[in-house]
Amino acid sequence: MQVYGVDINSRLLLGTAQYPSPAILGDAIQASGTEIVTVSLRREAGGSQHGQAFWTLIRDMGVRVLPNTAGCHTVKEAVTTAQMAREVFDTNWIKLEVIGDNDTLCPNVFDLVEAARLLSEDGFDVFPYTTEDLIVAEHLLQAGCKVLMPWGAPIGTGLGLNNVYGLRTMRAHFADVPLIIDAGIGLPSHAAHAMELGFDAVLLNTAVAKAGDPVAMARAFAQAVEAGAMARSADPMEARDMASPSTPVLGKASLG
Amino acid sequence: MKIIVNGQSLDVTATLLDAALGELGYGDARVATALNGEFVPVPARASTNLGDGDRLEILAPMQGG
Repeated sequence: MQVYGVDINSRLLLGTAQYPSPAILGDAIQASGTEIVTVSLRREAGGSQHGQAFWTLIRDMGVRVLPNTAGCHTVKEAVTTAQMAREVFDTNWIKLEVIGDNDTLCPNVFDLVEAARLLSEDGFDVFPYTTEDLIVAEHLLQAGCKVLMPWGAPIGTGLGLNNVYGLRTMRAHFADVPLIIDAGIGLPSHAAHAMELGFDAVLLNTAVAKAGDPVAMARAFAQAVEAGAMARSADPMEARDMASPSTPVLGKASLG
Repeated sequence: MKIIVNGQSLDVTATLLDAALGELGYGDARVATALNGEFVPVPARASTNLGDGDRLEILAPMQGG
């Protein structure tokens, strides 16, 4: 996969929040084989070293960071947060979230498009967290986005791919655009399914961080994503409604 | 002078943003700043004046999804 001119080998992007400890986060990143982790910005009291300690941990992992605008509800908030993230993390990459509803964390796609346009014009490489809506996707591309990140299901639900038809349609419609499933993935099978549908990568956080053994789960996701991508390139069979014997009928003994 | 730092009302004597950051204990910390909702990049801190009641956000790297 190539995003904004950068070749990425791993098909898994990993969030860094909610892990039991920094050490487990570090081990999970390593086990996942990911090359991109998402990070954020939050208020910090004077004299506190939490932010610096976290940044040192991530920097030493040798992975790329994708800062997010999590929690932003307006264009202004998202753009300002992106500007602050660019300075702190020294990257033009931004995972753009503009939340429209607190229960579903559904993106406000109207403000998302506007924020994407402003940030693209300002030199950002925007990774928009969006829905599977094709018209919104078209507008995001026109706004300057070179990658799209449709949700599988609402953030943190672990429900998997809620609208397989919509996602399959999106994949077919934007055949040449890198598409990353972002949010809603709960199990490695969900991630494999996304890859089998032809998506370029998956981005997940809670499914690994909240597992009983986050490191083992990170490894499981790495294998699932690999398996799904390999299956996709192996050209899966067509599903059918009626049974069809796999063992040849021809030559079967008459024993009745 | 009272300013609102990360939602908390605090007293500062410094009138410039970079000096206020030092006074508030941020020193060389890796933080980004916004004053009254507008991003203030590092090079602009030394020339950014603070006024009574200003809202200052000071953000640091944090875990994120």
